[in-house]
Amino acid sequence: MALSDKDRIFTNLYGVQHWGLEAARKRGNWDGTKDIVLKGRDWIIEEVKNSGLRGRGGAGFPTGMKWSFMPKQASDRPHYLVVNSDESEPGTCKDRDILRHDPHTLIEGCLIAGVAMGANAGYIYVRGEYYNEHLILQAAIDEAYAAGLIGRNACGTGFDFDLYVHRGAGAYICGEETALIESLEGKKGMPRLKPPFPAAVGLYGCPSTVNNVETIAVVPTILRRGAPWFAGFGRPRNSGTKIFCIQGHVNKPCNVEEEMSIPMRELIEKHAGGVRGGWDNLLAVIPGGSSTPMLPKSICDDVLMDFDALRDHKTGLGTAGVIVMDKSTDLIKAIARLSKFYKHESCGQCTPCREGMGWVGRMMDRMVEGRADVAEIDVLEQVTRQIEGHTICALADGGVWPVQGLIRHFRPMMEERIAAYKARSAGAAPVAMAAE
Amino acid sequence: MTAHGHAEPTSFAFDDESNAAIETIVARYPAGKQASAVIPLLYIVQKQMKRMTDSAWVPRVGMDAVAARLGMAPIRVYEVATFYFMFNTKPIGRFHLQVCGTTPCWLRGSDAVLKACKDAGGLKGYGDTSADGNFTLSEVECLGGCVNAPILAVDDDYYEDLDYESTVKLIEALKRGERPAPGSVIGRQTSAPVGGPTTLLDVAGE
Repeated sequence: MALSDKDRIFTNLYGVQHWGLEAARKRGNWDGTKDIVLKGRDWIIEEVKNSGLRGRGGAGFPTGMKWSFMPKQASDRPHYLVVNSDESEPGTCKDRDILRHDPHTLIEGCLIAGVAMGANAGYIYVRGEYYNEHLILQAAIDEAYAAGLIGRNACGTGFDFDLYVHRGAGAYICGEETALIESLEGKKGMPRLKPPFPAAVGLYGCPSTVNNVETIAVVPTILRRGAPWFAGFGRPRNSGTKIFCIQGHVNKPCNVEEEMSIPMRELIEKHAGGVRGGWDNLLAVIPGGSSTPMLPKSICDDVLMDFDALRDHKTGLGTAGVIVMDKSTDLIKAIARLSKFYKHESCGQCTPCREGMGWVGRMMDRMVEGRADVAEIDVLEQVTRQIEGHTICALADGGVWPVQGLIRHFRPMMEERIAAYKARSAGAAPVAMAAE
Repeated sequence: MTAHGHAEPTSFAFDDESNAAIETIVARYPAGKQASAVIPLLYIVQKQMKRMTDSAWVPRVGMDAVAARLGMAPIRVYEVATFYFMFNTKPIGRFHLQVCGTTPCWLRGSDAVLKACKDAGGLKGYGDTSADGNFTLSEVECLGGCVNAPILAVDDDYYEDLDYESTVKLIEALKRGERPAPGSVIGRQTSAPVGGPTTLLDVAGE
């Protein structure tokens, strides 16, 4: 059963209507917010837990549980809500639509999340490139202040809540929660070791929780319509609705909010006009943003779009940025470009990432040409395993997974490329082995 | 300053417009945590340079002014200004053409957008500034507008769903002093599918 419009949360996803407060109220935002706030922290967290909501920023951690980690006892240290709107994972452009078209879903969500974690202030960290989007968000926040929805005695509840927009300046790493906190404190975006986790020591050394935009923005609707409503979509443990970004070699790229666990093929054919040249022209799909390993067509034929189904195929739902590649694609080049991305975005703090991303990138460039030895495919695979899990944050993991996915599913293509190069350059000096 | 390969101004002082903006910005952060304002203030410097010189960049004396205003050691500001990619640490052209070349845009033809920028803008490649001072060309990593790929950002505005011809047209318009409305150049409703949405046909509201 496909999701119907009455069950869509982001009813202004495409910006057909105005983003402002008056229009947002007509769409049902800010309806009964006072009652929700007055039901209090424990009720909110319990409802969010029961809804099965898992974080929409890539990792899929259960949201209600994350909120419950915040200290219950008030101390002299304030609590902070931090919203991650650094959206920089290649293939991901969903939060952009929330910021520019449905900002009041996010602002209302921030207030409610603030109550749930005992935070009287929140910062929304927007990627620097979203300049026009951040202006709209700021204007929407100004409207909410003027209407008494946030600020002192927000919605007449007695709860004070301030909300600020903070713009980053073009660094993918700031999407990592502790790098984001560093950046927000005015430093280079270099991830911190965990523990301590932000819920204990976060922004300004105070208890903090970092959530993705979409995660926060779905909460008010969940609380209005009830946890069972949200939990009713998708398979168990994969609840809810989700914004998918369908792009690449499809006839009609688009963002769309759909039910979790929708089959990939249905998602692409129903909303994005199908694969260019027809489904049989499909070569591979990166299912959840650049960090998630690609899947060959044979798996795409019947895989479901949710956390568990994709994990079973050694990939992930990630941010649900669905990058479709048809048979005209040079897959090795597509992945080599991602390797270049991760090299560019490494913060340089950990050696395996700082050196490894460059090394992998250089190897991938040679693989694009075929200027390599077949045995080097194994060397490449082995090195990615030595990088993975050996750094402070997951950037390097995300940087090597796409390469692993390529080798896992398309090794023959890489071998063919190498053979073709060898045939072309027969008699030339042998290729140096990877030891750079 | 020849060590930089370009001329650095010898002084920088915030003007009235910048000072007003700084007051609003610093108030967002708790007392004693004003270092949080370093990125916003570097933007203020870059904007003021654009007003003063028609080139949006952050000279070293601008970083020093930020350090002085926020009570930070200058080196902490230099670190930030050079860590983040959106601060231009040398002068740029009147328009900053930023081609997204990451895989989602590449799959949809970002190579053609790059070629159009070079051809129409009179640019040799990434890092180049055109002889007339109009354009500086940069490659940027994923801009986060992937369903509208390929994308060219001109300063702060995204132009989307481009191809070779529409990119040339855009650059020619910029040369004439026009500023076409940002967004999809093929008239799409933002991130909805071409030809109209498949969803949200029956929603409450206006």
